[in-house]
Amino acid sequence: MVYLIRVQLREDYSNLIFYLSPLVAVVLTLFFGSFIFLILDLSPIESFKIFFISPISNSYGISELFVKATPLAIIALGLSYCFKNNIYNIGAEGQLTMGAIFGGGIGLLFNDSTSVFLLPLMILFGAIGGSFWATIPAILKTKFNTNEILTSLMLTYVALFILDYFVVGPWKDPEGYGLPKSMPFPDAGRLPVLFDGLRVHIGVYFAMIICFITYIVYNKTLFGFKLKVSGLSSKASQYAGFKYKNLIFYTFIISGACAGLAGLFEVSGPIGLLYRDISPNYGFTAIIVAFLGRLNPIGIILSSLLIALTYLGAEDAQLFLKIPSAVGFVFQGLVLFFLLGTDFLNKYRVSIE
Amino acid sequence: MNIELIIGILNIVLISTTPLVFAGIGELVTEKSGVLNLGLEGLMLVGAVTGFITLVLTGNYFYSLILSIISGVILSGIFAFLVLNLMTNQIATGLALTIFGIGLSAMLGKKFSGTPIEGLSPYYFIIISFLLVFSVGYFLSKTKSGLIVRAVGENHNSAYALGYNVIKTRYFTIIFGGVMSSLAGYYISICYAPMWQEGMTAGRGWIALALVVFATWKPWRLLVGAYIFGGVAIMQMNLQAFGVELPGQIFNMMPYIATLIVLVFISSNKVRLKLSAPSCLNIPYEKNS
Repeated sequence: MVYLIRVQLREDYSNLIFYLSPLVAVVLTLFFGSFIFLILDLSPIESFKIFFISPISNSYGISELFVKATPLAIIALGLSYCFKNNIYNIGAEGQLTMGAIFGGGIGLLFNDSTSVFLLPLMILFGAIGGSFWATIPAILKTKFNTNEILTSLMLTYVALFILDYFVVGPWKDPEGYGLPKSMPFPDAGRLPVLFDGLRVHIGVYFAMIICFITYIVYNKTLFGFKLKVSGLSSKASQYAGFKYKNLIFYTFIISGACAGLAGLFEVSGPIGLLYRDISPNYGFTAIIVAFLGRLNPIGIILSSLLIALTYLGAEDAQLFLKIPSAVGFVFQGLVLFFLLGTDFLNKYRVSIE
Repeated sequence: MNIELIIGILNIVLISTTPLVFAGIGELVTEKSGVLNLGLEGLMLVGAVTGFITLVLTGNYFYSLILSIISGVILSGIFAFLVLNLMTNQIATGLALTIFGIGLSAMLGKKFSGTPIEGLSPYYFIIISFLLVFSVGYFLSKTKSGLIVRAVGENHNSAYALGYNVIKTRYFTIIFGGVMSSLAGYYISICYAPMWQEGMTAGRGWIALALVVFATWKPWRLLVGAYIFGGVAIMQMNLQAFGVELPGQIFNMMPYIATLIVLVFISSNKVRLKLSAPSCLNIPYEKNS
């Protein structure tokens, strides 16, 4: 008896399933996650409660959820421009770092300022720093046809070492007991919080505005249409007369600016100064967020909340279950694996004959 | 500056560079067949932790080596299934593998963090790493199977038309790359350190990835490049001994900047690009039914 597995492209490619498959991926992740908890001798139900419910059962937790989701959403929204255009900018972590260096640098330069213009200037420089770092792979791609995946990745590590140089060297706080961190930003350079006593900050509004603009761009503008076309086929977009190289440039600049903004919000919001580890891998995790949200602005907001929850749950798991907070990464990795896998079943029909 | 110091430093360079050679040569073969695996860091960490745990539990070096290799086979097998059979995006899948591996290794190793072990001598692995580079160089340039690997990476449709099994070839190269990465991890936790610590590979997976590009996909250049990268890293730690007054971070970013320059150089000239980079790198293969 010979079984033949036949794989065919689906003609009835379903948009509904396309948007539902992230949910399927989440359910599969939870299912596999419960095995992991069982292996670790933990009750899955108790563990999931600690992981996914208790972190957001009070106002502090919900505020923290938005603190974590804000940078993820902003970066992922920016990345969606690149990914829609089939440009793999995976250097958001570096662009975030550059945004923090540029914007934070302004905050340190005017460290005795009380001007209301300080924060807007920092935000502006954050965006400039991020897009500056993103223009490098964009120029290399358009001028020399250099692979943007590798260049943006390499530049990430260069940016991290530049930040390290500044916080260990010229920007080190003289009263910081020799620790590798800068002086705190002046109050005028701190991001206002939304509620007293909670860390959730006005970055949330920025995320919502960027989401709204992105939605309009994708659905109502010629630029959005061009992105869609060149993402499906760069040749087609060239035949149609779209300037493909310009599109590459714009998408890189947009995603860099978003990552830079997110970096500045992190340092001028919850952190308040510059130091080595300003980001727990937000730039890389945002790639998962973008894919999980199907490059759709509203989907990205939802998936950023979900992935933010894995960060919070992991912190609680470390406290109460005594397992390393890196368990959050296991869930993030699994959810992406399953999402990519379920896409296959939507795109192709599999039959056994 | 005396002769003992120089020999001492050379010895440290030799010991610290070996994981880059292992992970790099594995990734080189994977990329030669047209697949970009960004999961090196995750594979290395899981290889390191499985080897370490097995050694602590059984006290047997052979078992620990075998289990470390098996972890590489399983994880890279999952990666291969996703990108080859399910035709998923290689970048996203590779990143998922790295993120998953960082988390999994930290979870598994939690109880064993700080357990002392008797480390293995690194010199066996150093000798093996040289032999490996030689064998891979010979395999890719002189054997028929090596030619098939390159053909599959150059143009998978032509290779298929010639009757070669693209998917099977890529399964082999991906799993070879995975095993090499887990060996690199094993070396770090059993010979180099010897201990287990969360995230102990410290970004070597990414450097290995840069290394493959820096070497323009040539095994011998990879060996030379690995020792340049490794040498620079050690130099950075011994700056005072050399009397250099430069910030250490400049040395740390050197491998990445060097790779960027090489990337620009090989991409700017179309002919050069054709000579080195596998044309089908990161292009999914869809078999026509």
